[in-house]
Amino acid sequence: MSAVVIVGAGPAGIRAAQTLAAHGLRPCLVDEAQQGGGQVYRRAPGNFQRPANQLYGFEARKAQAVHQTLDAMSAQIDYRPDTLVWNAEDGHLHTLSQQRVGTVQYDRLLIATGATDRILPVPGWTLPGVYSLGAAQIALKAQGCAIGEQVVFAGSGPLLYLVAYQYAKAGARVLAVLDSSPFGAQVAALPRLLLQPATLAKGLYYRAWLTAHGIAVHQGATLVEVVGEQKVEAVHWQRAGSRHSLACDGLAFAHALRSETQLADLLGCQFSWSPLNRAWLPSRDQAGRSSVPGVYLAGDGAGIMGADAAEMAGERAALALLEDMGITIDRVRGTQLERQLARIQGFRAGLEAAFPFPEQWASQAPDDLMLCRCEEISVGEVRQVVAQGHTDINRVKAHCRVGMGRCQGRMCGSAAVEIIAQAAACPPQQVGRLRAQAPIKPLPFGVEVQP
Amino acid sequence: MALFKRLTELDRPSVPFTLDGQAVSGLAGDTLLTAVLTCAEHLRGSDFSAQARAGFCLMGACQDCWVRLGDGRRVRACATPLEAGMQVERDPGRRS
Amino acid sequence: MSRVAETDVIIIGGGIVGASAALMLALRGQRVVLLERDFCGSRSSGVNYGGVRRQGRSLVQLPLSQRAHELWSDLPGLIGIDGEYVRSGHLKLARSDADMAKLQAWADAAADFDLGVELLDHGQLRQRFAWVGDVAVGASLCSGDGHANPRLVSPAFAAAARRAGARIVEQVQALAFDHDGQAFEVSCSNGERLRAPWLLNCAGAWANHIAEQFGEHVPMTSGHPAMLVTEPLPVVMDVSTGVEGGGIYARQVARGNCVLGGGQGFALDPLRARPGQLATLDILRNAVELYPFLHGAQAIRTWSGTEGYLPDREPVIGHSQAQPGLIHAFGFAGAGFQIGPAVGEALSQLIVEGRSRAPIDAFSIQRFSPLELHKGRSLS
Repeated sequence: MSAVVIVGAGPAGIRAAQTLAAHGLRPCLVDEAQQGGGQVYRRAPGNFQRPANQLYGFEARKAQAVHQTLDAMSAQIDYRPDTLVWNAEDGHLHTLSQQRVGTVQYDRLLIATGATDRILPVPGWTLPGVYSLGAAQIALKAQGCAIGEQVVFAGSGPLLYLVAYQYAKAGARVLAVLDSSPFGAQVAALPRLLLQPATLAKGLYYRAWLTAHGIAVHQGATLVEVVGEQKVEAVHWQRAGSRHSLACDGLAFAHALRSETQLADLLGCQFSWSPLNRAWLPSRDQAGRSSVPGVYLAGDGAGIMGADAAEMAGERAALALLEDMGITIDRVRGTQLERQLARIQGFRAGLEAAFPFPEQWASQAPDDLMLCRCEEISVGEVRQVVAQGHTDINRVKAHCRVGMGRCQGRMCGSAAVEIIAQAAACPPQQVGRLRAQAPIKPLPFGVEVQP
Repeated sequence: MALFKRLTELDRPSVPFTLDGQAVSGLAGDTLLTAVLTCAEHLRGSDFSAQARAGFCLMGACQDCWVRLGDGRRVRACATPLEAGMQVERDPGRRS
Repeated sequence: MSRVAETDVIIIGGGIVGASAALMLALRGQRVVLLERDFCGSRSSGVNYGGVRRQGRSLVQLPLSQRAHELWSDLPGLIGIDGEYVRSGHLKLARSDADMAKLQAWADAAADFDLGVELLDHGQLRQRFAWVGDVAVGASLCSGDGHANPRLVSPAFAAAARRAGARIVEQVQALAFDHDGQAFEVSCSNGERLRAPWLLNCAGAWANHIAEQFGEHVPMTSGHPAMLVTEPLPVVMDVSTGVEGGGIYARQVARGNCVLGGGQGFALDPLRARPGQLATLDILRNAVELYPFLHGAQAIRTWSGTEGYLPDREPVIGHSQAQPGLIHAFGFAGAGFQIGPAVGEALSQLIVEGRSRAPIDAFSIQRFSPLELHKGRSLS
């Protein structure tokens, strides 16, 4: 009996599990969180009372469907929440749950590890009161809190407008939305954005709602500095050469998302550079097969495509897995999913055009900006190492410790690539990628071992 | 003083805990991060400059919300549910 | 056909041995080309534990190790950086009376080398190093030993060699070796051809492949020590530790991270190694017994490397027995970091002066020849 394991119980992992179970398998679904749903469909604690449409807005139906799917199949599958996968070796996943380590054997593995915010640091970003956009959303959705009394939202990407809108709608005081993308970019991207008219409509709706409710939305606006003694007190920003200040006690910012690829890396998956994601991603075929036989990839963990795509990719990869096991699948369904995913990929290219990566960020980053918040390494220290002739990111890491801290480069990795590339006058893909090393997340001393 | 502002879900039972030895309380369903940041303004001091840190990603990725519990365990505040009687201690960090 | 570049010495391998040889030769006016197929100091020399110690070595290594100790005393003068080198002392713990007796025996045998080794009984150990777990019954302390950051030190030797005039070529592999009776000709993966009367085989865990090409077989195996580093912790350890009989060795850096090693990992492929789950877990479960302050601490990263071991755990250093002009220096069994600079110096002395000042006869590759003759030409 083939042991099939799925890592990650977000929309991709849940749909994959559902597909496998529907074909008679009993997959093991391992998830770090205590409740399934991933990030965008994160569940609030059981005793919370807000209805789904308050928590998830237009995505309420989808969120509920994903949750109900997981709940309905818990008896059919081997669901292991609160279980971190920290390594993979020799057909085994190594797990940590409640200070106890264990192993999960697999014959086939589907990786659906999702994403985190992509951060381009700004001076002062480590101050209490500064959070990623995803964090601000989690605070509201899963904890009923705003990150401050008067919040500024900045960066770029669709999440920027969504979270600002959600905050304002929930009664928080949103001072401004600072979008680094120029207005012209969004207009020019419209044709591709029309590939997903419903998604586009929602985005336009959030934007219009904010303006209609008197919340300032500035485009071509970039963060300059966050100031405060013990916490955020003000945000300095600039647009078209003129500088502005906003007194506030909360700032949420990010520039789109970055994939969690550590497990794929440890498993030896081949990676390739994705210009759209501006990142190295584990390669997958159209169905979601990685370069390693028996390892499949689905969802944002292998390239940012959003929750709808994650559901489709989870199902598609599960179908590929079943087919590879010799189990009959609905090939038409597989093709249909691939077509839908291709449309979303086209839309994603539009989003990237609408919310372009701020290419000038690295050249504008001051030397004294703290790039790596775990190790407290400045941009200047990284530039010094590059000046000594080191341009491979792992080499730079060895010399100045950027990416060597507890988060292992999750928060600083994307930005570090930009700084090194700019200092070395080479394209970002020539800088290499941070090599994943176990444990994927910190492991405590004194662990017990599960027999 | 507090960092986070409770907007909704206010009708929940109070859950007592201690923060650096002081008696405080959160609400049932809070994570430790929420419970602390609704009555205080930082979770730890950074390792090389003892700067106040209060988490960042809220999803277990940034590793900037580690706190110590009375039983010696260290946990990420954003991913740990508040339980009555928890003794939360904040590491002050170190000025290098 | 590309032009052949003439030089005095070609060095294969940019670890600490090859790079320090390049430095020493360049300082003596020799023209050197060093070929490193990755980045200098990126292999074992760069990922080892970082111990800089004489204590515990075999007696035959002590002359070189003592000389290395002298070279380490002015690291900034030698390579331009301090490499986080500290003479913290090396504390080798004993977990039993039998282990304690072994520590005493080594201290007695090494007495002539004046290493300043002190034996501490249980009471003295608790008094001076209260943070060591009670499971240790005593220890041997060598105060002049210490530790450094290999990720900084090893590449810095190559950088210093470059500044001294050596040509250090990274990301280039030596593809083929020829000898016409006068000099070696090395074909490189970047299309270059190099020619020199001297060839140094400093290719670390892969040096046996080069030796093979000249008809010299050495029974070398690979070791992959499991290494682990913690998050930054309050500084407690004021000395680098080891354990008699093996076990978990540990040091704490100024920034507070503890580096621990122990057990064996495995090779992922001929070039890369992983620490392995079992070895990692062993460290996590057993380290607290030796170092109780680690309770509640988190391991944030593990790694391994590839080290070359010969059956007697002594390196091969010295002239090839098969090819004049070829000099070997490899197989340091995980203990090459401290001794490396002295080995590089010895290699430069062999070339420039005709002999090395420290005795190296014990490390001759010849010791593997009788074995080979006895067994017939068997592969290692």
